[in-house]
Amino acid sequence: MTFFDLARRNVVRHWLRSSLAVIGIVIGVIAIASLGIMGNSIGLMFNDMVSDVGDTVIVSPATGVGGGKLTERQVSDIARAVGSNDVIPFSSTADKISVGDKEGGAMLYAIPAGDIPSLLEVESGGYPRDTGGGCLIGSELSANSRDNGLKLGARIRIGDETLRVVGVLKERGMGFDINPDYAIVVPYTWYSSHYDEEDYDQVIVKVRDVNDIDAVKESIEQRMNRREDVVNVMDTRGILESIFAATESITVFLAGIGAISLLVAGVSILNVMLMSVTERIKEIGVLRSIGTRRGEVMRMFIYEALLLGIAGALIGGVLSFCAGYVVTAVFVENPDYLFDPTSLLYIVFGMAFGVITSVASGLYPAWKAAHLNPIQALRHE
Amino acid sequence: MPVISFENVRKVYPLPAGDVVALDGVDIAIDEGEFVLIMGPSGSGKSTLLNIMGSLDVPTSGEVTIAGNKIGGMDDDDLTLLRRDHIGFVFQQFNLIPLLSIVENVEYPLILKGRQNGTRERAEEVLRAVGIEKTHFTHKPGELSGGQQQRVAIARALVNDPDFLLCDEPTGNLDSKTGTAIMTLLDRMNREEGKTVVMVTHDPRMTEYADRTIRLVDGRVEE
Repeated sequence: MTFFDLARRNVVRHWLRSSLAVIGIVIGVIAIASLGIMGNSIGLMFNDMVSDVGDTVIVSPATGVGGGKLTERQVSDIARAVGSNDVIPFSSTADKISVGDKEGGAMLYAIPAGDIPSLLEVESGGYPRDTGGGCLIGSELSANSRDNGLKLGARIRIGDETLRVVGVLKERGMGFDINPDYAIVVPYTWYSSHYDEEDYDQVIVKVRDVNDIDAVKESIEQRMNRREDVVNVMDTRGILESIFAATESITVFLAGIGAISLLVAGVSILNVMLMSVTERIKEIGVLRSIGTRRGEVMRMFIYEALLLGIAGALIGGVLSFCAGYVVTAVFVENPDYLFDPTSLLYIVFGMAFGVITSVASGLYPAWKAAHLNPIQALRHE
Repeated sequence: MPVISFENVRKVYPLPAGDVVALDGVDIAIDEGEFVLIMGPSGSGKSTLLNIMGSLDVPTSGEVTIAGNKIGGMDDDDLTLLRRDHIGFVFQQFNLIPLLSIVENVEYPLILKGRQNGTRERAEEVLRAVGIEKTHFTHKPGELSGGQQQRVAIARALVNDPDFLLCDEPTGNLDSKTGTAIMTLLDRMNREEGKTVVMVTHDPRMTEYADRTIRLVDGRVEE
């Protein structure tokens, strides 16, 4: 039998009141943890995107100069500026296509045949060569066009020439450079002769080491834009980082909402503890008169708050895990993010916050109990 | 040396309407082994005297010595430890802790003292000495009769082997037959164990148990 035991017995004696206070803490913990997990998962999702496509620098012509195209010479200049990193120039256009007797329109990307493998992956078939009239189709285009015969091996008519589909691309998702999922990818040589075009729309630079991105950008800027702005240089990491920064503030905001609910729970603990002190005034008087010191009375009541907090945090922790699963599965559509240590940390964080809140709420009632005048407390009915 | 000694003790309560003098120059000496009654009408300063004897309060002036300790200038913790180690309280309303079982109530002062071993055995021994049966040990206080609860309270008061028992109307909430049994128990503790007993009461029949009676009137000891 210790002060902790006395506290435990009092919590159990008023089990209904205690459970209601615990529910408050549970809700607070769940709110902090699940909202934190949600914000964090959104962040993780963007983080994954950064590592997927964040190594790309896109060079496009500054508007108004050279008719909005990049010449072969400018592309070579860029290639020299970026050293050993891959430089992939491309052009895009849209044209009418026909497959068999069906007609339609599609986006065309023209990329030098040798550069295609470093930018795009094929799911089936192979890569086209500079000669031979092969092309690739995007995964969505392939999936949508199964009925009208646009598939591996099919022949596509563009103008008066025919291309054969030698490969279907793997799904790539939304990109900041090109979006080939709904498009046809043709070798640049074919494009050049078909449309009688020598220049490129844009240049993609694949930077091997993400940390070099700023240096690569700088180098391109210095070489190309010495006198006037010839090109615009944009990196995908910069775009993603600004989105990422926004998601971080979303996380803080969501966790803040959770913290408010925990604050409410803290007030309910404060209320419960004050009630507990008020109805035990006489008992406190007896305890004090037979030799219980102030500090010991205080400890007894803090333990009580601690017990409520621990119970709330444990239940809340388990439920947060479930809530976190639902949140990541429904909103972010990837429950794996829940098992990321930074997400699980939010559960620990929520639990710790729950315990701290209830102990903090118990401090004043405990102090009040400890500083009751024993004579008056004894006389209290 | 007396167990309790009051020398020219005054206690003044400052109130907005004017100071109230509860004790006005009280001199008392209670020796070891005595059974002393403190009697007096309401407002005579009985409660104040009891509070100071019980180290729950300190005098405004004068010197009070409890079990060899001068209580003037003691802080709250010192007074609390003095109560714990030297005084056994018995209240009119028994005042057992409802959260604790009978045996735990008696064990509680021992645990406060930080004793680790044998506390349960010591508590049971004292409970048997005051006439509580073993079958009642694990009950909660509310399940016992008033007389039994007061016996448990006396056991709790005795368990730390205090220098004296301080009883505040211990039979006030009991019928006369049960009250007599409690008085017999206190009398036995006084005669057989040599325990000093100080008892505050209204009941003039209690004088037969006491060695002497101190009468308080208007904050003074009536000679």
